[in-house]
Amino acid sequence: METEVIEKIVSIEKPHLEAPPDWQPVIMGILCNWCSYAGSDLTGTSRIQYPPNIRIIRIPCSSRVDPWFIIKSLQTTADGVLVSGCHPGDCHYISGNYYARRRFLVTKKLLNFVGYHEDRVQFSWVSAAEGQKFANVVAKVTEDIKKLGPLRLYKKENS
Amino acid sequence: MARVGVFVCFCGANIGDFVDVPAVVEEAKKIKEVKYAIDYKYVCSDPGQQMIRDAIVQQRLTSVVVAACSPRMHEKTFRKALSDAGMNPYLLEVANIREHSSWVHQKNKKAATGKSSDLIRMAVAKSIANEQLHEISVPVTKRALVIGGGIAGIQAALDIADARIPVVLVEKSPSIGGKMAQLDETFPTLDCSQCILTPKMVDVASHPFIELLPYSEVIELDGYVGNYKAKIKRKASYVNFDTCTGCGACWLKCPVKVPNEFNMGIDKRKAIYSPFPQAVPNKPVIDAEHCTMLIKGKCGICAKVCEKGSIDYTMQDEIVEREIGAVVVATGYDLWDPKPYEEYGVGRFKDIINSLEFERMVSANGPTGGVPVRPSDGKVPKNVVFIQCVGSRDEAKGIEYCSKICCMYTAKHTLLLHHKVQDSHAYVFYMDIRAAGKGYEEFVKRAQVETGATYLRGRASKIYKKGDKLMVQGEDAQIGQVVEVEADLVVLATAIYPYKDNPDLARLLGISYDKYGFLSEAHPKLRPVETAKAGIFLAGCTQAPKDIPDSVAQASATAAKVCGLFAGDTMKKDPMIAHVNNEFCTGCQNCVNVCPYQAIVTEEIPLGYGFKELRTVAKINEGVCQGCGSCVAICRSMAIDLAGFTDMQIINEIVAI
Ligand SMILES: Cc1cc2nc3c(=O)[nH]c(=O)nc-3n(C[C@H](O)[C@H](O)[C@H](O)COP(=O)(O)OP(=O)(O)OC[C@H]3O[C@@H](n4cnc5c(N)ncnc54)[C@H](O)[C@@H]3O)c2cc1C
Ligand code: SF4
Ligand code: SF4
Repeated sequence: METEVIEKIVSIEKPHLEAPPDWQPVIMGILCNWCSYAGSDLTGTSRIQYPPNIRIIRIPCSSRVDPWFIIKSLQTTADGVLVSGCHPGDCHYISGNYYARRRFLVTKKLLNFVGYHEDRVQFSWVSAAEGQKFANVVAKVTEDIKKLGPLRLYKKENS
Repeated sequence: MARVGVFVCFCGANIGDFVDVPAVVEEAKKIKEVKYAIDYKYVCSDPGQQMIRDAIVQQRLTSVVVAACSPRMHEKTFRKALSDAGMNPYLLEVANIREHSSWVHQKNKKAATGKSSDLIRMAVAKSIANEQLHEISVPVTKRALVIGGGIAGIQAALDIADARIPVVLVEKSPSIGGKMAQLDETFPTLDCSQCILTPKMVDVASHPFIELLPYSEVIELDGYVGNYKAKIKRKASYVNFDTCTGCGACWLKCPVKVPNEFNMGIDKRKAIYSPFPQAVPNKPVIDAEHCTMLIKGKCGICAKVCEKGSIDYTMQDEIVEREIGAVVVATGYDLWDPKPYEEYGVGRFKDIINSLEFERMVSANGPTGGVPVRPSDGKVPKNVVFIQCVGSRDEAKGIEYCSKICCMYTAKHTLLLHHKVQDSHAYVFYMDIRAAGKGYEEFVKRAQVETGATYLRGRASKIYKKGDKLMVQGEDAQIGQVVEVEADLVVLATAIYPYKDNPDLARLLGISYDKYGFLSEAHPKLRPVETAKAGIFLAGCTQAPKDIPDSVAQASATAAKVCGLFAGDTMKKDPMIAHVNNEFCTGCQNCVNVCPYQAIVTEEIPLGYGFKELRTVAKINEGVCQGCGSCVAICRSMAIDLAGFTDMQIINEIVAI
């Protein structure tokens, strides 16, 4: 990253966190192998361009996502998290994405309660055929997180 | 201390043009654990792989990161390179800097370079937590279960059995043969259906490697690929098949008459019956719903006339168990019920029949001796109206899909009508003619030329009665006018639809089905005969509407899959599966409920060392677990982890950048 982070762990939104001029958010993308990861590969093969802020982690199924992963991301490295899985009914593991969805909603409530803006973490269904959709989702999430500003405190340019 | 080697690929210009590869290598070298980092034009090439192998040995690497294309592309290739150098293949991680960076940020080299470095950092961090994993080998039971004895099931069973693999063929009706046994002649060649089918049916009965269980249904399936156990209900037939010779004395004398399903209810069969003369096995069964002996204890004629003493009114359903390694589902199709088409007067007008009824009428061995007749008065019809797409391609009243074969068999029906009733005339209401297939278009043309049938493009909108005729109203889109045709008989080409109980069967087998009840293949293009559940395959119309050639082709494809599965004595399985740590497991069994494959059972272990008291913990069946990770995330005690995607590996990735 370009700007040096001086306070890594900021657990909740703080209005005083000012974005340095060249600030770019980091978005952790947690994608299931069979649909969304394959979809993101297709975005690549089709050379569809999207903002470079997302860092993708591959997991077998969205049901593998432990809320811990989301919280840890926000606490340490990311300004936002995108979890993406197969469409309802298309889960490679039959029903995994339903569990994921339910767990995700609860996690989101918790984060909200703690003080995170609800757009910090987002969920989407992207199939292996939806390269364009993946690019759109990333663009939207990036835009949302940019609006929300950084989760970390950065060293001022002149200090 | 970890010693990670990083290999960054230019992928020719694919990565090289959009990412500053040398800068990425320099960045990687700054990571504490990275002992070796290098770039190369094509890491997947032979010299590229050699570079990895050499570095593993010379640099004593403890894990390897390849930054290149998607792991879905070359993970296998690089894992193999690791094995070849004597390293555990699961110590590899791939940083996807092509699909996820160079190809999607082509206008921002700086960002793509920075992102690529981040992706490498994440992969390095993950790889440090990688563990050595070993492919699991599971024993296989080399026996296949085929469910459904239509042409698809028959073909699959024969192909598998010819490879000297034992097959258990379960058919719910008293005879195998399926719908094909009910057909007269078949498009596109007009061979007689029975003539090409019955030899195959006989082969099934006499094949040393096939165990035929007619009048039976699968009621339970346990286990996992290579090691399933099926419970099969053998419905009571009240006839001892071992002694029965199929002479027919019983059904000749039986006084109870019941609509004959095989002939679509056009004529009657007896309460003790064999569905058709060429049935396999050619042994009768007693229909318990109608037999007066079984209902009221009165009659008993069949037992009296049977010289072999084969009738046994006390017979009970029997449950048998078979151990098998693979399952082929070939349960075929049913015809869609056209009740929603009220404007056709279905059910009100006797002289409206469906395509299978027509097929039975024109069959030489059918209930009307091979000529179509009007159900109302038994007269031979002159003007016959065929209506295609009844239910098919009709989102409003029917179903969205095209049943695929109705255009073809309707063309066939016009020909058969023409052959059987010389002075007849056929009218066909159609939407499009879909005749894709070898010799199909030619067949439709031939039928049209030979019969002179009048094809009217459009949906029939209404049928009403005028005297003893039916008037069919519809639009002929070609002339843009409403037309009305006087018909003696109307034949509806109703949609091909799955059996009502197909979803129940799917649930019992643990496989998925679509919104209509057709069983779902694992991949519509690349895995068309497999289901998402390992070891369960599909053939024929149970997956989607098909004609006979396609059903047979799919059945043979399925057989090849089954034979492939049984090629060795054991099967290799991906080691990326879940494991329970007994120390932490509290026995809550949340994981048991969440596992989509029922892979988790419980076991009793001593409370602690030296204790006699027991406590319950979860236990994962290696053979069944597919590695989704649902259980890992649900476990509150953090007692489960998923090899290859452990909490540690993922958290390492998260905190790496
Ligand atoms: C009117 C009409 C005319 C046709 N004409 C032609 C033609 O000329 N040429 C052509 O190529 N195709 C034709 N077809 C298509 C042809 O009938 C099918 O392609 C073929 O029968 C499909 O075979 P199948 O084995 O998949 O299914 P089916 O023939 O339906 O066989 C399925 C079998 O599985 C059994 N079964 C069902 N459920 C269970 C269960 N739960 N447990 C155990 N057993 C079960 C059934 O009893 C049946 O025996 C025609 C179809 C129709 C409707
Ligand atoms: S969820 Fe965890 S603690 Fe509960 S039974 Fe399963 S492994 Fe044991
Ligand atoms: S990883 Fe998935 S398939 Fe394996 S035991 Fe856990 S829930 Fe079942």
